[in-house]
Amino acid sequence: MAEKPSAAELKEFGDAADAWFKENTVRDPGFMLPLTFMEVSTDQQFDFLRDWQRKVYEAGFLGASWPREYGGGGMHSEYQRVATRAMKKYDAPIMINAIGNGWAGPLILDLGSEEQKQTYIKGMLNAEDIWCQGFSEPEHGSDLGNAQLKAVKEGDEYVLNGSKIWTSLGDRAKYMILLARTDFEAENKYKGLSFFLNPMKIDGISTSRIKKLTGEYGFVQTFFTDARISADCLFGGEGNGWSMAMKTLEYERGAKVKPVGGYFVKELDVMQIVELAKNSMRNGKPLLDDPVMRDKMTQYMIDIQALNLNNTRRRMPQLMQDKPMGLPLMNKLARTELIRELTEFSLGFQGTKAGYYVGDENAVDDGYWHRSYLNSFSATIGGGTSEIQRNIVAEHALGLPKTR
Amino acid sequence: MNNLGDIGTTEEQIELMDVATNFCRDKSPIDKVRALMEDDLGYDPDVWREIGELGWLAIAIPEAHDGVGLSMAEVVPIAEQMGRNLLSTPFGSTTIAAQALLAGGSGAQQAAWLPKIAAGTAATLALREDHGDWDLGHVASTGKETAGGIALSGKKQLVRWADSAELIIASVEVEGNVRFAMIERSELPDGALRREAIIDETARSYELTLDGVTVAVDALFDGNRARETIEKIELAAGLIHAAEMTGGSQAVIDYTLEYLKTRKQFDKIIGSYQALKHPTVDNYVEYEKARTHLYSAAHSWGEQGRGEVAVRMAAAQAHSSYSRAADRSIQFHGGFGFTHDCDAQLHRRKAIFDGALIGDAAYQRSKLAGLLFD
Repeated sequence: MAEKPSAAELKEFGDAADAWFKENTVRDPGFMLPLTFMEVSTDQQFDFLRDWQRKVYEAGFLGASWPREYGGGGMHSEYQRVATRAMKKYDAPIMINAIGNGWAGPLILDLGSEEQKQTYIKGMLNAEDIWCQGFSEPEHGSDLGNAQLKAVKEGDEYVLNGSKIWTSLGDRAKYMILLARTDFEAENKYKGLSFFLNPMKIDGISTSRIKKLTGEYGFVQTFFTDARISADCLFGGEGNGWSMAMKTLEYERGAKVKPVGGYFVKELDVMQIVELAKNSMRNGKPLLDDPVMRDKMTQYMIDIQALNLNNTRRRMPQLMQDKPMGLPLMNKLARTELIRELTEFSLGFQGTKAGYYVGDENAVDDGYWHRSYLNSFSATIGGGTSEIQRNIVAEHALGLPKTR
Repeated sequence: MNNLGDIGTTEEQIELMDVATNFCRDKSPIDKVRALMEDDLGYDPDVWREIGELGWLAIAIPEAHDGVGLSMAEVVPIAEQMGRNLLSTPFGSTTIAAQALLAGGSGAQQAAWLPKIAAGTAATLALREDHGDWDLGHVASTGKETAGGIALSGKKQLVRWADSAELIIASVEVEGNVRFAMIERSELPDGALRREAIIDETARSYELTLDGVTVAVDALFDGNRARETIEKIELAAGLIHAAEMTGGSQAVIDYTLEYLKTRKQFDKIIGSYQALKHPTVDNYVEYEKARTHLYSAAHSWGEQGRGEVAVRMAAAQAHSSYSRAADRSIQFHGGFGFTHDCDAQLHRRKAIFDGALIGDAAYQRSKLAGLLFD
């Protein structure tokens, strides 16, 4: 593995990253940029973000610590950390290929064959090959283990029938990580599942875009009708689908595979909310003179600061001894719920203007806050609802019994 | 916002955390805590002596005064474990009194008392009054210059562990200014201390009648440093109590979890019901936030601006999470929760008492708002 860099080496790399992002970051291309990979709506947005990821990758600031032989930079993970920090500093747009780089890539690097690594990794880094995720089904949202999409083996092919939902970017993706049922007689529902690296641009697979509560597109439903894929697409062996799917969730914590770097979701800038509050009026006075609003805003500052510092504390084992899984497992729940509450709170600042929405010239910040609030549900529902997250924290960090 | 702190630890903190975790657990099992609640003194003098011998009272005292020369950051893990195990002693009040001496005491006053405190002598502060205001600058007790010294008058309340403290530092108003007067307990007239009935049965607190007490002029702190002394007291007390309440939150959550994992109703372990499990997770999340803020406040100790923001965030979060976790613990224990035998009430009471001492979560937030937004 690559050696830990000296402070001087890191600084040199950091300065180069800084200069590159300073020069190349476009924050306002003249149209609204998605805040997350789940809300890419127009061709314009898609093309821009895909091009942006390719540029960042080619400059050496994405996948810097992934193995060189498959398209990565082969460097120590500290370099990627420094590059990501520069990205954040210049508020650079998101990396679009979230499912590829955050989920499929680490799985393939961890458990894939040499051939799979050669086939898939580089194309996901340069965003040539967009990936989507096929876990949830219309009838099985939170109960993922009950997925029913059928994969029947015929010769050296699998025949797929069923439907997947919330397959963000599914209409543009080349591949999907797919959870399908290969055995309907298995002793339990989990053991009947298998995991596939599934090609999307084949006969029998069609997609339909879903209009979101915001009025935008971005989510997609994917239909499988006698779609035939090679048996080579099976990953991890028949019956191991559930454990593969669970593994993809572990990589987020960066334990086994060095993180690819960048970010797929923009963090909310709290200071923007404070600014909005400072510029808002109530009863002829600044909003933050109102004691109720002041108290609430202060509580949110306490919450935000705690969650930001938690990210540092997670890397300090001495402060994590008691319930080591606690902070990692609670992060999604705490962060997504806080963002939902905060963006909702920000609507209250706007007084009568809270009635406007994206598209009206009177809307505050072009409707950014309304859109952020409505979009915040994608994170409190997607990737396991907050209610499921509470079960996960209760069972895996606090040791409470399962709810059955 | 550039006045938000960071988080980090020192080697000494981690070492002390390990030692304090074991010491407090071994020295303060719950049956002993409950026995001491009935005891006049309210703590085990042998444990108090050991705390002195371990040098824990010397941690944040400079080496020049026979201290260890570290800071309040290293006191945090100890106070946290004391709160977690309801190990009540004059440790907190003595540590805060030492910080007050460091901020406002003259060289001679520091030299006279800090080495004694470092070696295990208890001290305390007499700050609170009948008006109930948390503002330490709001002082009604007075000191008047007379031929024999400064004649004190008025009543101070919630003077913790006053019967054990050799030194009591009281705030009084002298010629329109807040001043701090050092009073030796041995000089107090009979009946000056009245034990108060306080909501936290594990602690001891006294009302101090100042009338009839006269101190020498050189027993007053430097008048020019009254403001910074008040600030130092607020921060030291905020940090110590945030630490105790954070430790207490952890304990009461673990106590609740234990019950949720063993109690059965309708043939099921009650911890499997989401109506109990989900709010417990929410309380746990709030506790982890409190602990993160606590170590951020410890790390930021002494930094201008940041230090105060971090301490007040830690105190606010600790008080709200401790209160909430203990409140739910009573409820989730059902009928047993309503009895004095259930430990949930010990924590609920302590959270109320600690909030009363330093200002509750809402008060901390109101102070924070000024630091953050104005």
